[in-house]
Amino acid sequence: MSFADSPLAAFLIGTAFGFALERAGLGDARKLAGQFYLKDFTVLKVMFSAIVTAMLGAFWLGRVGLIDLAAIHVPETFLAPQAVGGLIFGVGFVVSGLCPGTSCVAAASGRLDGLAAMLGLLAGVLITGLAFPLLEDFYRSTDRGVFTLPEMLGLPYGVVVTLVVAMALAAFRLAETLERRS
Amino acid sequence: MKTAQPYANPYVAGVCLGLVLLGAFVVAGQGLGASGAFANVATGLVDAASPRTAERNDYFASYLSGGAPWTAWMVVEIVGVIAGGALSAFLAGRMRVEIARGPGIGDRSRLAYAAGGGAIMGFGAVLARGCTSGQALSGGALLSVGSWAFMLAAFAAGFIAAPLARKLWR
Repeated sequence: MSFADSPLAAFLIGTAFGFALERAGLGDARKLAGQFYLKDFTVLKVMFSAIVTAMLGAFWLGRVGLIDLAAIHVPETFLAPQAVGGLIFGVGFVVSGLCPGTSCVAAASGRLDGLAAMLGLLAGVLITGLAFPLLEDFYRSTDRGVFTLPEMLGLPYGVVVTLVVAMALAAFRLAETLERRS
Repeated sequence: MKTAQPYANPYVAGVCLGLVLLGAFVVAGQGLGASGAFANVATGLVDAASPRTAERNDYFASYLSGGAPWTAWMVVEIVGVIAGGALSAFLAGRMRVEIARGPGIGDRSRLAYAAGGGAIMGFGAVLARGCTSGQALSGGALLSVGSWAFMLAAFAAGFIAAPLARKLWR
């Protein structure tokens, strides 16, 4: 077994992930919920800083030839179930104030609402899994395979990366303005 | 007990999180995940209760094909998330048994809404093949169209539902 597939690699990557989420305050449901009332923009700032960092890192490491981008698994696109799943997920997110990863961090720091969210998630996945035969056609619909924004927009990878950075910087600016006002 | 330290600057924490995500891309050839761990555990439970049900269900069967779901990569990763979250909270003096809730609801309601919201997210994450970690963060950084559709839909729905959920938080 390679190091990449080893339990140790999985554990260490997870540990760093959980550590970073807790440091940012994302184990606190009040902070996460604050995003949806435009009172606390931590979620937006952390998420987009992380996306931009990893996106730029992957782009440049690939460009200078240090990594092979083809070796990184890109989640496949199933447009309709992902959009509908996202809509449902968003409602659950604001009701519970936590998402799957942050519910684990909340529980890890002693928050019982984090534990409750974890149990609810498990129940939700379990019940949806049992009902899967009813959902299967929709689940497999609108299959686009690996489909990226550069392909969809017909623009070079580097141009889309630049556009995402510009969008993130604009979002950060707006977030700072709105936060000062509240 | 020492007093709790304030949280880190969100941009600094976000860049660190992005470096962890980049590390996962380079080392493991895949991004981070969270809902996948719940799917593996659900599969393990169904398989333990009724192996036939698990095998005949395409969703659970897909999680059985890679070996024992209890020791899947994603489950070990999420055990790490819990360990890392606990370590960070402990070092910062933030480890405390409490129920984080808005001022307008009681502890019991808060736990019920946390679990109910969790169940709704579980439904959404199955349909979307992932959550804020696997789709929004990981697929987002790799510019997957479906991941961006998930992220935009989730936040749009959150903002639309927020006024209705106002009594939970404000």
